[in-house]
Amino acid sequence: AEVEETLKRIQAHKGVAATIVINAEGIPIRTTLDNSTTVQYAGLLHQLTMKARSTVRDIDPQNDLTFLRIRSKKHEIMVAPDKEYLLIVIQNPCE
Amino acid sequence: ELKEEFTRILTANNPHAPQNIVRYSFKERAYKPISYVDQMAIHFSLNGNMILKDSDEGRRQSIKLSAAAKKAPVETFAVTSEEAEIKGEESTENTQPAGEEEAERSGTAEVAEAAEVEEPPPPSVKEQKLANQFNFIERASRTLNNPMRERACQSEPTPCKNFSATANQWKIYDAYVEELQKMERSKEKEKPKAQIAKREEEKKKGRKLTSLESQSDDINKISKAAKIMERMVNQNTFDDIAQDFKYFEDASDEYRDQQGTLLPLWKFQYDKTKRLAVTAISWNPKYKDLFAVGYGSYDFMKQGQGMLLLYTMKNPSFPEYVFSSESGIMCLDFHNDHPYLVAVGFYDGNVAIYNLKKATYQPSYKSSAKSGKHTEPVWQVKWQKDDMDNNLNFFSVSSDGRIVSWTLVKNELVHTDVIKLSVEGTTMQGPEGLQLQMLGCGTSFDFHKKIDYLFLVGTEEGRIYKCSKCYSSQFLDVFEAHHMAVDSVSWNPYHLKVFISCSSDWTVKIWDHTIKAPMFVYDLNSAVGDVAWSPYSSTVFAAVTTDGKAHVFDLNINKYEALCTQLVVAKKKNKITHIQFNPVYPVVIIGDERGHVISLKLSPNLHRMPKEKKGQEVKKGPEVEIAKLEKLLNLVREPESKA
Repeated sequence: AEVEETLKRIQAHKGVAATIVINAEGIPIRTTLDNSTTVQYAGLLHQLTMKARSTVRDIDPQNDLTFLRIRSKKHEIMVAPDKEYLLIVIQNPCE
Repeated sequence: ELKEEFTRILTANNPHAPQNIVRYSFKERAYKPISYVDQMAIHFSLNGNMILKDSDEGRRQSIKLSAAAKKAPVETFAVTSEEAEIKGEESTENTQPAGEEEAERSGTAEVAEAAEVEEPPPPSVKEQKLANQFNFIERASRTLNNPMRERACQSEPTPCKNFSATANQWKIYDAYVEELQKMERSKEKEKPKAQIAKREEEKKKGRKLTSLESQSDDINKISKAAKIMERMVNQNTFDDIAQDFKYFEDASDEYRDQQGTLLPLWKFQYDKTKRLAVTAISWNPKYKDLFAVGYGSYDFMKQGQGMLLLYTMKNPSFPEYVFSSESGIMCLDFHNDHPYLVAVGFYDGNVAIYNLKKATYQPSYKSSAKSGKHTEPVWQVKWQKDDMDNNLNFFSVSSDGRIVSWTLVKNELVHTDVIKLSVEGTTMQGPEGLQLQMLGCGTSFDFHKKIDYLFLVGTEEGRIYKCSKCYSSQFLDVFEAHHMAVDSVSWNPYHLKVFISCSSDWTVKIWDHTIKAPMFVYDLNSAVGDVAWSPYSSTVFAAVTTDGKAHVFDLNINKYEALCTQLVVAKKKNKITHIQFNPVYPVVIIGDERGHVISLKLSPNLHRMPKEKKGQEVKKGPEVEIAKLEKLLNLVREPESKA
């Protein structure tokens, strides 16, 4: 499907190290990493996303979280929350 | 029911007494019912110790009393009271229904009697016998203890589930919103007509992202997030370009006199269009970062298929929408009010309308040979305002010399010939005395922004015709513009009288439509592919030539030379075909023959607003622009009129 193609393009994009798709309970559905790392990322980022979303909405209930980016020394973790899923991409920005 | 009479009978029966006592008779070895049951109910009994004087007992006692009065008065009293008790027991009927107990009692009574009988004779002998606690019989029996058996029954524990949640403000808000939506939905169900009207309204707002939603597949629910993510990933990769686009202003422009530069930003390409040339570019009127590119081929010999791609500046690596067609696309146009409708003209003379909101790859409406398509390539299409029946309509111009108006009536394209471009002075004498009119080949046209019916048509012969929609056979005016085909004509966005034209005869000319001669002529040393006015200033325009250069002019600053002449693509292999200004950002996009689209940022010199003189207010707005251009034109006109 089109979404599959989009995901493939993202994975093939320059600098992208990994792609993970998590469902609403924090269980990874699709990943390009090994199992243990995936589970770790999934659990931690799920909690963080919930917290971030809660923060945004507490301040203004009509608002909602659209995107979350964590830039660290080594790479950048991008989280796109959806109603039922969470899409995580780890990229090494070329600098 | 209430009037029913109840009879009550007063009897002397004891209501508590059993009526059906059954006793086991050993003789008959069966249970036999006792016919008579005592009916006496004792309400109160009190043991008294008074005996009748004249009864046996009374006489005995009186003898005792008199005899034992000397010896042991206490003992006799005890005896008498004991006897009295026993007698009392005898005479009382027990009120308890247990038969065995009665038997027991009567047994004890008998025994007591016997004891009693025993006692009186000894006292008469010994006068007194001590109450013997060892000389009485107690009879007891022990019943079998039933063996205890425990029986338990355990039911299944009710299933328990732990539930925990936090009640945040936004969860409360969500709940309210859901309630509202439910109510609305129930209201909608009651009024289906109102709902349909609502839906139509929503469609016209043109939300382009909704075409990817509403999938039933599992992974497709993530489509929106995936889209955003792709853009973010691209932003990261092209981070420096994105920063340039937003913030970079070339500081070296200060040193460059009046010259400016074009800073290359993103390059958009798609592997399926590598062999095709960019034939048309247009920005979307609603989403300022979305633009459409039409692909086809200008080469007469190599005609293949065509593509229509829509890119957004937010995602330079992949187009948002891809449509392919059998024939090369030559031109396209977005509708102003419905930004999801794209009109497209093909090389084979057909026109079509693509609807971006629908998920199909086919055009929504397409003309055909039956419905009056052009016989030559369609060079330009332009949407018009909705006609009186609120039908969408657009115009197309083609090399077959016809300008056709297409109207979308009830899901079909209906065509109306507006004008035939007859070439003056070439009426030939055909066979049998027929007058044949040679038709010119239209290559481009443009409609006036304010005057609805007025439009210009450029032809292959180099002429520009000023036409009106009302007159179908006559032109309002003819300009002998160029020596070769006119590639593009365009009205100035601000000034009502000025238009620009470019041609393969290497020139770009600016005209006032009331004057036959051009105001400004620029020779660019190579065939000019396209020219475009800038949307922010009435005096700035850009032109691209086939030698790969882009020229930007600002008449306000320099009337004779370009402010910027820059090589945009590799010279020998590639030709530039089209250029368009972004309506909002200082960005131009240029399409070339290899299917690439390059975006460039205009350096500050090129889009500078006139500096305000000290003490004067800077007026912004179309009037200023018009005045600016008018001033320039006057400078040019006066020497002409003098001459």
